[in-house]
Amino acid sequence: MKPFSEHAGTVVPLDRIDVDTDQMVPKQFILRGTRDGYGRDLFHDWRYLPNGDPDPDFVFNFPRYKGASILLARSNFGCGSSREHAAWAVRDYGFQVVIAPSYADIFYTNAFNNGVLLVTLPAEQVDELFRRAEKTEGYELSVDLETLSITDNRQLRFPFTIDEYRRNRLLKGLDDIGSMIEHDKEIAAFEGSHAIPAPIVTGPVDMKVSTS
Amino acid sequence: MSPRTLYEKIWDRHVISAARLPVPLLYIDRHFIHEATSPQAFAGLKAADRKVRRPDLTFAVMDHSVPTKDRRNAVITGNRAKLFDALDRNCRETGVRLFDMNSKNQGIVHIIGPEMGITQPGQTIVCGDSHTSTHGAMGALAFGIGTSEVETVLATQCLPQYTSKTMLVRIEGKRTRGITAKDLMLAVIEKLGFSGGTGHVIEYGGEAVRALSIEERMTLCSMSIECGARAGMVSPDETTFRYLEGRPFVPRGNDFEAAVKIWRSYASEPGATYDSTIELNAAEVAPKVTWGTNPGMVANINAAVPDPSSYANEEERESVIRALDYMDLNPGTRIVDIPIDRVFIGSCSNGQIEDLRAAAAVLAGKKISKSLKQALVVPASTQTKLQAEAEGLDRIFVEAGFEWRDSGCSMCIAMNEDVLPPGERCASTSNRNFEGRQGKGGRTHLVSPAMAAAAAIAGKFVDVRDMQIAGVV
Ligand code: SF4
Repeated sequence: MKPFSEHAGTVVPLDRIDVDTDQMVPKQFILRGTRDGYGRDLFHDWRYLPNGDPDPDFVFNFPRYKGASILLARSNFGCGSSREHAAWAVRDYGFQVVIAPSYADIFYTNAFNNGVLLVTLPAEQVDELFRRAEKTEGYELSVDLETLSITDNRQLRFPFTIDEYRRNRLLKGLDDIGSMIEHDKEIAAFEGSHAIPAPIVTGPVDMKVSTS
Repeated sequence: MSPRTLYEKIWDRHVISAARLPVPLLYIDRHFIHEATSPQAFAGLKAADRKVRRPDLTFAVMDHSVPTKDRRNAVITGNRAKLFDALDRNCRETGVRLFDMNSKNQGIVHIIGPEMGITQPGQTIVCGDSHTSTHGAMGALAFGIGTSEVETVLATQCLPQYTSKTMLVRIEGKRTRGITAKDLMLAVIEKLGFSGGTGHVIEYGGEAVRALSIEERMTLCSMSIECGARAGMVSPDETTFRYLEGRPFVPRGNDFEAAVKIWRSYASEPGATYDSTIELNAAEVAPKVTWGTNPGMVANINAAVPDPSSYANEEERESVIRALDYMDLNPGTRIVDIPIDRVFIGSCSNGQIEDLRAAAAVLAGKKISKSLKQALVVPASTQTKLQAEAEGLDRIFVEAGFEWRDSGCSMCIAMNEDVLPPGERCASTSNRNFEGRQGKGGRTHLVSPAMAAAAAIAGKFVDVRDMQIAGVV
């Protein structure tokens, strides 16, 4: 993962609550089995007309939001399925930051695991950002993970909080496994004294591959 | 020590405190994987030259995109074939147990865990699928994870985890005739709101929950994610132990008695406290039908589609307007006046033997409406299918006009051939009615199996309580 400390970019406002991961990447694309290339599928059914052309009524297709790298969203963003394809698509589309009042749990973790910063702001502040983004063409925000603040060039400054672990991982570009492998000894010691036994077959089962 | 909840006990016994990470490190007892969200994780491991740490704690199954029609002769091509090949190869290379699509123990990943007794009380369980919460019915802490986390668990058998808030959903009273766990859970989501459980682990308790079978508890737990909860769980009790006894991964004889003693020790203690509690009276719950594009958009069978103007909150009002537009419904339309095109009985929420019995009881000796384009029964597991056939349920379904299929996720997620076409309306026993969930442009109404069967006969929604049924649930 690339380290992340600050980002400035154009904002696209997606004015819907409860946006679910089924919408972000519809199931037909999750058959692909890769981690990359989902940017063009992001919000597929909203973004494209039945003939495959961009739907001019969908906000992502407004010329003024072309090249946006900050996604402004509403509450409970990323709800539903655990598919990480949603986070891969957000990243692959070019978004580095999402700003919303709240997120669903699994999507929240998935996004951070892919180096996408999710900023949580109070609903009134998100409202204000929506107003500004819709009013000003080419509206830009700067997001600083060092100082934990969001600013625009018109005196707006919103501080935000994020837990230290996730912040550090983003700043250093570390993934989970990297930081845990060092703890192999502790994990092994835990396994040695853990009360829950490994599964033992006591009756007939029909397995294709089986651990001997 | 003050009284503790099931969640707190499982948590305390699984945190590796010696690791001293900034975030608690949780040990994972059982890891389930399937073809749709695991290939990238194995590829990541391979690229980093890492091994699967505990193949013996990992179980793989093919379910999300398997064909359900004449599976043994089905020709699978393209990306789907690649997913199955990848899972097969990855399991062979790493020694992970695999129940492939032709195994007698194949089934939806969250069903086969409890069904084989792999899932047991007190365990931590993860799977790259949001409905992993289903396993919580056995008194386990089970939650869905993303593919990066799947990779982390494969490599380390652990996950950095933040503690969740706890919520007790207490359902008291006795449900009335025709009311199922599905109706109870839709009532919970209606009350709590579509995102009301976010950040929480829900424990279901109270008289009505204690009276539920394990399969019914699985329906509740499965749908916990539908109000945003991290997990759903039910304290283990005699029902749990009785269910487990004799299953192929459960200890026998004296070992079973010893296991029960330990399992029992996980149950929430009287007086344990939760961050929040909500209460519901089962006696007041009516059969439910969703009318919108999330499971919180739900009404009683004898009610009507709501008017968006009745919503005070502007965002909510707009989302209801959008939902009605997508669903092609008008405010004020009575639920019983909504015609349907297809019926789907299946999924990890409602595709088990008790569900099939309930639907068959409604259908026995009747025919589905001529106006239907399709009616599907997809058992949640191959064992469920075999059991149903042994009981003759398949004949009831087929004689009524249903297609009797092989087990899998099928039209719950439409990753195989079972797709709801654009503009069509489906009465479905699955758990998600999002836009396009069952097929692009398809319109999903979530109901219980008995209600789905009743709708199949009428060609529209009807109150199953008004029907003459021998031995209805
Ligand atoms: S049946 Fe549906 S909800 Fe359950 S695991 Fe399969 S796709 Fe997910």
